[in-house]
Amino acid sequence: MRSLQNVKWYIAAQYRQQNRRNYHPRRFFPENSLNTGEFDSLEYELNVVFDLDPLILARWQFGLTTLYHFLFVPLTLGMALLVAILQTAWVRTGKVKYLQLTKLFGKIFLINFAMGVVTGIVQEFQFGMNWSDYSRFVGDIFGAPLAMEGLLAFFLEATFIGLWIFGWNRLPKGLHLATIWLTSFSTILSAYFILAANAFMQNPVGYELNPETQRAELTDIGAVLTNPVALTQFPHTIFASLMFGACVIVAVAAWHLSRKQHVETMRTALRFGLWTNIIAFVGVFLSGDQLGLVMVETQPMKMAAAEGLYQTATGADASFSLLTIGTPDGISELFSLRIPYLLSFLSTHTFDGTVEGINDLQAEYTELFCGPDASALTCPSDGSFTPIIWVTYWAFRWMIGLGVLAALVSLVGLWATRKNREVKPWAWKIAVWTAPIPMVASLVGWIFTEMGRQPWIVFGVMTTERGVSPGVTGLMVLISLVLFTLVYGALAVVEYKLITKAAKEGPPEIDVPEDGSEIDHNTLATVY
Amino acid sequence: MELQYLWFFIVGVLLVGYLVLDGFDFGVGISLPFVSKDDVDRRVVINTIGPIWDLNETWLIVAGACLFAAFPEWYATMFSGFYLALLLILIALILRGVSFEYRHQGKSERWKKWFDSFIFIGSVLPPLLWGTAFANLIHGVPIEPLETGGWIFTGNLFTLLNAYSLLGGVTVMMLCFVHGLAFIALKTEGEVRERSRALAVKVGLVTIVLAAAFLIWTIIEHINSDTIVFIVVLAALAAVALIGAWVANIRGREGVAFTLHAATMLFALLTIFMALFPNVMISSTNPDYSMSITGAASTEMTLQFMTWVAALSLPLVLLYQGWTYWVFRKRISRKTILAAPAHP
Repeated sequence: MRSLQNVKWYIAAQYRQQNRRNYHPRRFFPENSLNTGEFDSLEYELNVVFDLDPLILARWQFGLTTLYHFLFVPLTLGMALLVAILQTAWVRTGKVKYLQLTKLFGKIFLINFAMGVVTGIVQEFQFGMNWSDYSRFVGDIFGAPLAMEGLLAFFLEATFIGLWIFGWNRLPKGLHLATIWLTSFSTILSAYFILAANAFMQNPVGYELNPETQRAELTDIGAVLTNPVALTQFPHTIFASLMFGACVIVAVAAWHLSRKQHVETMRTALRFGLWTNIIAFVGVFLSGDQLGLVMVETQPMKMAAAEGLYQTATGADASFSLLTIGTPDGISELFSLRIPYLLSFLSTHTFDGTVEGINDLQAEYTELFCGPDASALTCPSDGSFTPIIWVTYWAFRWMIGLGVLAALVSLVGLWATRKNREVKPWAWKIAVWTAPIPMVASLVGWIFTEMGRQPWIVFGVMTTERGVSPGVTGLMVLISLVLFTLVYGALAVVEYKLITKAAKEGPPEIDVPEDGSEIDHNTLATVY
Repeated sequence: MELQYLWFFIVGVLLVGYLVLDGFDFGVGISLPFVSKDDVDRRVVINTIGPIWDLNETWLIVAGACLFAAFPEWYATMFSGFYLALLLILIALILRGVSFEYRHQGKSERWKKWFDSFIFIGSVLPPLLWGTAFANLIHGVPIEPLETGGWIFTGNLFTLLNAYSLLGGVTVMMLCFVHGLAFIALKTEGEVRERSRALAVKVGLVTIVLAAAFLIWTIIEHINSDTIVFIVVLAALAAVALIGAWVANIRGREGVAFTLHAATMLFALLTIFMALFPNVMISSTNPDYSMSITGAASTEMTLQFMTWVAALSLPLVLLYQGWTYWVFRKRISRKTILAAPAHP
């Protein structure tokens, strides 16, 4: 029978052999315990015997918390700007309907804003908690945009949103209007910094590897902040967020119009939402096209995976599959609707371009990243450089399809409601359900962006499995994942109820004195 | 001076900002069940921080991000090492944050009770756990360097729950409590103000005892340190400021008390930072394994750039945040709450 001591060393050696840093032997066998023979048996058993893999659990947690956070972010981005525009319309024209709309959508914006803030703290902390090896490895570069986001954008946002909420009738009209514009500006600024940080993961620039400290180190902050991925991802995200905000306005307006309530005010809101949606769609479309070009250049595997393109194709063969039935693995294709040349055009803006396939890329990457000269951080343990094809294939199509659908519904809506025309009741129902369309499109867009990057956490520099915290066990991540799921789930129910309640209550009745500029410094205009 | 040391100082400033500002927010949340008798009272208390709690909490996000940018090794090792404590802080901050926004959206007593208790728990846990975490940093935690770079924390949650650190946690929590009471007294009128003043004297006395014990223990633990002179002086200043605040509370000078609490927090954090110096994390496994400021820091280039960003933005931040406090300088009473229209 092996002694306890031997068992421990045997297991420790096995983990080393399997090259799994996420089960670092030091976690279970601290230096001192090897001499005394004591170790935490319960923790050891739960983690190792039940094979709780911190990597998989940490990835699930990151995915869930990030998508959840991104339910609130685009509505904050979009709504802040739209509310600012509505309030400007009120200040300029003095028409009460604009003030009513500002207050109504301002309330929806605020309910949503609180959730965006608190779920955002989780995002910042979990880099250190679950991905500490990633954090220490890229912190020299990745930390800077996050710190800039805090110093330049978050402070501004948090201060001026407070001034806006509680400053009604307390600040002069023009100054109060400025607070919502500053809020909107700061949300957009923060989006840029966080996208610059994400862009480093998609397309690392402005750095070099330091073998001495075993870290990636900054060489050019300008390059990091003007990463072409960030420059194209930024307008794409902002316009998509505007679509979400616009569709929420359309949905709320349609709900009231179908009940013939607040008809004049809501008709204005409806037309405003529909026009914004179409204009924003044009922005999404143009920036998405540019983003596609950059993606092919920087991450060809992601485009190949989006298409399920196994063999490199040129010209007419580089066709875009609208719908493929069967397993999209190129072998068992039952039915496929394809547009010739389109993939070539999307990827290179020419009709005779060549698009690299998964098989060629896999071979190329194996040589490059698993070869004798490669860094220890770049070779995935299963040797695969291919993301999960069905996820990227369908996420790409749902993103585009839903975006186009939202724009089409808006076009039809504008036509149907031209010159105060009446609309059939069922048409209002459709309009109400446009609200979640851009939201889902944004979410699947991020699923595509992030899962399409796999197996990399930083493309070409570090694989995801190498980024996980060496000292955190699967049990700990499991506890955290379960807690977040429960709390987030409960809050989602409350949030949904509060937003729909606020939407159904509709615009407040407001009596504005003729001059519209009465300021009462003695009472708070707003309280919790 | 090396930029790493400057950033050690800047991170300290951001943490002081966080502790002083969000500290009274936490105190207000802890005070909620003790100084209010009915729902209007509770709304008076909550509205003292209504327009500002969010921007105060932002100091934590900024301090965290600056820690990430300036000391990635520290951020990575501390955040992954203090895992479950940070998880609890996050959950507490989430529940507390949404409660301010959600509480007044429902009319029923039960609805409000739920969110009142979230505000209370969400205000007790973060200062308690942050205090415990920072006390652990200077007490020493089991960390060791890895051959592949970076450090690894080899303890677990129970390693962090030692008597010294828990004392530190309770001290910070009570300090926030009394700081919040002084703030409520400063921002309200009527009975709520009277109750807060009276309670601040009692809580202040408990805080003085706890803080004295913690500071003396800290001095004993670091008696052989090179920086012991600074530690003793700063700890003494913290104690004097805290006692001064207590006297001010007795005399009903809540403005002075509030300022002296802030000074206590400043000197207490400086004491901790001096006890850490020249390390950022002290290893209890082996002193040679401790993480030094230079070992944890980012490169010169990153720090240079970040220094520019901080130097240009922080003065502006202080200016507009100061302006916010000025805009909302008016005291709140039951009358203002009842006269004000509902939330937009």
